[in-house]
Amino acid sequence: MDFLRPASWEEALAAKAEHPTAVPIAGGTDVMVEINFDHRRPEYLLDLNRIGDLSEWEVGEESVRLGASVPYTKIMENLRAELPGLALASHTVASPQIRNRGGVGGNLGTASPAGDAHPALLAAGAEVEVESVRGSRLIPIDAFYTGVKRNALAADELIRAVHVKKADGPQQFSKVGTRNAMVIAVCAFGLALHPGTRTVRTGIGSAAPTPVRAKAAEEFLNAALEEGGFWDNGKIVTPSVAKQFADLCSAACNPIDDVRGTASYRRHAVGVMARRTLTWTWESYRGTRRTTEGAA
Amino acid sequence: MRVNFTVNGRQQEADDVWEGESLLYVLRERMGLPGSKNACEQGECGSCTVRLDGVPVCACLVAAGQVEGREVVTVEGLADFAKQRSCGTGGCGTSLQDSQHWDAKGTDSQTGEGTELSPIQQAFIDAGAVQCGFCTPGLLVAADEMLERNPNPSDADIREALSGNLCRCTGYEKIMDAVRLAAARQSEAV
Amino acid sequence: MASPSGTPTKITQGSPTKGVIGESTLRPDGTLKVTGEFAYSSDMWHEDMLWGQILRSTVAHAEIVSIDTSQALAMPGVYAVLTYDDLPTDVKNYGLEIQDTPVLAHGKVRHHGEPVALVAADHPETARRAAAKINVDYRELPVITDEASATAPDALLVHENRDDHHAGHVPHPNIVHRQPIVRGDVAAARERADVIVEGEYTFGMQDQAFLGPESGLAVPEEDGGVHLYIATQWLHSDLRQIAPVLGLPEDKVRMTLSGVGGAFGGREDLSMQIHACLLALRTGKPVKIVYNRFESFFGHVHRHPAKLHYEHGATKDGKLTHMKCRIVLDGGAYASASPAVVGNASSLSVGPYVVEDVDIEAIALYTNNPPCGAMRGFGAVQACFAYEAQMDKLAAKLGMDPVEFRRLNAMEQGTLLPTGQPVDSPAPVAELLRRVKAMPMPPERQWESSEGADVRQLPGGLSNTTHGEGVVRGVGYAVGIKNVGFSEGFDDYSTAKVRVEVVAGEPVATVHTAMAEVGQGGVTVHAQIARTELGVTQVTIHPADTQVGSAGSTSASRQTYVTGGAVKNSCELVREKVLEIGRRKFGSYHPAWATAELLLEGGKVVTDGGEVLSDLADVLEGETVEVEAEWRHRPTEPFDLRTGQGNGHVQYSFAAHRAVVEVDTELGLVKVIELACAQDVGKALNPLSVLGQIQGGTTQGLGVAVMEEIVVDPKTAKVRNPSFTDYLIPTILDTPTIPVDVLELADEHAPYGLRGIGEAPTLSSTPAVLAAIRNATGLELNRTPVRPEHLTGTQLS
Repeated sequence: MDFLRPASWEEALAAKAEHPTAVPIAGGTDVMVEINFDHRRPEYLLDLNRIGDLSEWEVGEESVRLGASVPYTKIMENLRAELPGLALASHTVASPQIRNRGGVGGNLGTASPAGDAHPALLAAGAEVEVESVRGSRLIPIDAFYTGVKRNALAADELIRAVHVKKADGPQQFSKVGTRNAMVIAVCAFGLALHPGTRTVRTGIGSAAPTPVRAKAAEEFLNAALEEGGFWDNGKIVTPSVAKQFADLCSAACNPIDDVRGTASYRRHAVGVMARRTLTWTWESYRGTRRTTEGAA
Repeated sequence: MRVNFTVNGRQQEADDVWEGESLLYVLRERMGLPGSKNACEQGECGSCTVRLDGVPVCACLVAAGQVEGREVVTVEGLADFAKQRSCGTGGCGTSLQDSQHWDAKGTDSQTGEGTELSPIQQAFIDAGAVQCGFCTPGLLVAADEMLERNPNPSDADIREALSGNLCRCTGYEKIMDAVRLAAARQSEAV
Repeated sequence: MASPSGTPTKITQGSPTKGVIGESTLRPDGTLKVTGEFAYSSDMWHEDMLWGQILRSTVAHAEIVSIDTSQALAMPGVYAVLTYDDLPTDVKNYGLEIQDTPVLAHGKVRHHGEPVALVAADHPETARRAAAKINVDYRELPVITDEASATAPDALLVHENRDDHHAGHVPHPNIVHRQPIVRGDVAAARERADVIVEGEYTFGMQDQAFLGPESGLAVPEEDGGVHLYIATQWLHSDLRQIAPVLGLPEDKVRMTLSGVGGAFGGREDLSMQIHACLLALRTGKPVKIVYNRFESFFGHVHRHPAKLHYEHGATKDGKLTHMKCRIVLDGGAYASASPAVVGNASSLSVGPYVVEDVDIEAIALYTNNPPCGAMRGFGAVQACFAYEAQMDKLAAKLGMDPVEFRRLNAMEQGTLLPTGQPVDSPAPVAELLRRVKAMPMPPERQWESSEGADVRQLPGGLSNTTHGEGVVRGVGYAVGIKNVGFSEGFDDYSTAKVRVEVVAGEPVATVHTAMAEVGQGGVTVHAQIARTELGVTQVTIHPADTQVGSAGSTSASRQTYVTGGAVKNSCELVREKVLEIGRRKFGSYHPAWATAELLLEGGKVVTDGGEVLSDLADVLEGETVEVEAEWRHRPTEPFDLRTGQGNGHVQYSFAAHRAVVEVDTELGLVKVIELACAQDVGKALNPLSVLGQIQGGTTQGLGVAVMEEIVVDPKTAKVRNPSFTDYLIPTILDTPTIPVDVLELADEHAPYGLRGIGEAPTLSSTPAVLAAIRNATGLELNRTPVRPEHLTGTQLS
């Protein structure tokens, strides 16, 4: 094993080009577990900790450019207003110690369906900025996940940042685990209202081979909200609409039975979370005083 | 490979480090600092919590090569770290020098009575928060850092801040007592 | 060879107060533990040491066709590779009661993760790579995973040619041990019953999950022996099993207790002890072995999973008429403590209730599942889960309050156990239930407070799954009975060596035992006992090792009772000798030396009237008084193999819990809001430690109620979740406040009237939480742990 320590982004790209099998390591929260448990012996480890701008973010007009290594703790503390869904998701990541080290780049690089950031990114709308010595490109989040623990990165590419759309409406994130803290998702759900475009977007984690959006549910809800004039009149979403939305979210799942939960439970729980997060976000949109983000 | 970094205020160098080694392994097996405990090696127990450039992290998930040039504080350095903090910078005795001469090996045979402890260490003893003690070093580092950020934590704040540290002996009640006690003593002292 | 770093040293502790029994004296090892200086077995280090690695089977049941170690041996940095063929003597197995466990697999593996080969190398990574290069060819066999497959007519035998002392009375060779207990006339009693309830209960496999994984350092000695620094629960039991395999007399296997990172039963059996010694003796170098968490799940036995079938009857005025039960414990591939677990499960299967007519059967199976053995509560836990569910069902059927129903049937002093043995010390079962019910209830619907919902206090916690939606509160009660000490005729003794001398003008007592301090605070209590009996302030606790006689196991809630009793006894013998010296030196100065009852108090010899006769330091000037003596509790008897009758137990421990839970009924997530406990401790020698034991035990019971389970694939018998990512234990956010009401009713047979306390709270915690979840959801819930699937009807079909 070789340990590569690039001091700059350019050096990192050069190293990755020279050693396409090199495994990038930033927070180490995935890679080191695999090494400690002897599941993986990469030929090269490519340390990204010394590249300072990976841990920085810029708030732009439309979106936030979030460096791949910005720790979850920083997202929770600094980006609640701009990225409320991702901030909530960040708060559910593992433990305080892990949140101090891990960043969205790791979730995207590992591309595990259980990564907590994915549903929030899918719901908010995001693009992943990847780069190699050949150049830079932006991959829409919907096209990023290509299979179980596989993503759209080429072998010589590294994740530099993710551009997440700034919230123009309420967002929520919920995750089911069998412990009240420090737990991997059995399944998770993200929901974002986009009043600007009068659309809703969703994200489902751990209930399909990849993180997915519940597109049929989104289309149904977009139509129902439009039809009832809900965006304008701010009425309560009717229980039947909420139920059908929830059912369609469940139907968007393609889960498996595993040691963390049954497929049947995952489908059920995604439906419950879909209904609840819809209620929370819509209540918030309606401008009631009820708190929407939880006190978490 | 060779790794140079600062541990508890003292410059350290490790040679012949295998690239897959963690910071935890280097501390424990190469630097004679076994206070940080190895209980899960997967970031799921917090027993190896150390501060890396001031931030609590699981040392088992930091690759040794990643700490090059950085500063680490372990439980062995916690008392001095806390003392320096309470003194502010400078003008408060020789704690930095003390910490630089600190050596984990060859400890004496006594209970350590008379040993200078940080407030959180003393509170853990006084409140009965220590049983087998394997989780204790990680909890101390995490709790100390929380009290630094949040001197008057609610119970829910304490629970959240320590939710990454498993304890199997105490049922956590005495740990809660210890952190409350340290917070209360800290606010009295101000 | 130079001594390793991290060797335990004497700890001398003074005390600002008297530091006697009944005070919450602080731990003597506390400072070392908070500074990181306390050396656990994994912290041991030796110049030039090697790292040991164990190759474990990747399948559960297979014949080993061949093992090829040549590639591993050829690797640079590898010093030794050992297999079964390298074992030095004819003794190739070990075991607590039945020596059925191979040190290294011989021709066959019987469970997933069984040790097959050993490597010693100069770096752990070299050792791992070498182990990976050992080529083992397995021919897989069908797996035996439950009672049906174990006792089927064509079942393979997990162990062929059994010749152990249970082999003769078991109905099938795949049954380790069977204990029936029959008393009274169940058929006639059944006739009197107005209501009858039946239940089939399942208890999942729990892991001790102590935080300090198995580890130790073996150092070869110049005399051809070996010195093992080890974390264990019982040094002498280890020694008895290790020495014959090494072919060494016991005095050439020196054992010293290293720091122990928790135990809870999981260190009663050997893990890496023999392996480290074999590698050290083979290479001539110190060898350290440290399991990682993955290996730890394979490296120790677990709590027996169980199927329990119960039938109870009661009259319409709420009196129990009879009880029939059948308890099937899965012992896995090797016997470990299974026979004793069967003894406990059967003899305590009625619980702390009066039932005169019983028909009980408990068995432990041999299967290809992971071996199971001791864990806190030891057989009584599984039974308590089932009988307490039955009590709630009966109360419901009779329309009675569940606590009142229990109180009506509660045992008391004098009640006969199903074994015919009278309970001959206080049994305040009804009182504990009354107390736990009387404790104030936690506030309801906190999420509706003006500050809004704090998800940290709701089911799902930080995961933000509910802001109050679907959340229903439930309350449940349970009570249990646990035996204290080793039962069934075991010679359960402890040894203590106590010395007093003058050091720097002050009298100092030294207590030397082989007791394994695993975190429970035995060392604290030993110092308190020495101060109490000898009137000194300074007490030195000598490291535990095999240079003193056995202290028995740190298990069965027995150490304060038995080794504490031994320390008290040796102190009393020392005191007699000290007074003899005093009489000899100073008797002529004061007649009270000859006539009065004399005590040692505050560093002085005083009369029972309080008159000071001499400074203890003056008596001890130029003298050292030392006594090493064994001490035993009252003897017990084995249970009759056909009827189960016999005075098998020596003492009992009782605890009751009230659980308050909030359940998100839609998502099936549970938040335990409070777990109140009332326990009789006889006499609290150290009240702070008592609370720590009760709260810790309660939390382990909570864990197996809602999250903890080792999942074994029934098709392959392989463990599916050997990690802290998927075997979950409660975090501080899962653990509620645990208010404790301590009752102290002395047991006149025990030292100071104390009761063993460590296990009882683990029993009743689980069924109380289950009862509360049933109360919240209206579901029957006959298995633990409860998973979200069980609360939402989304199990595997």
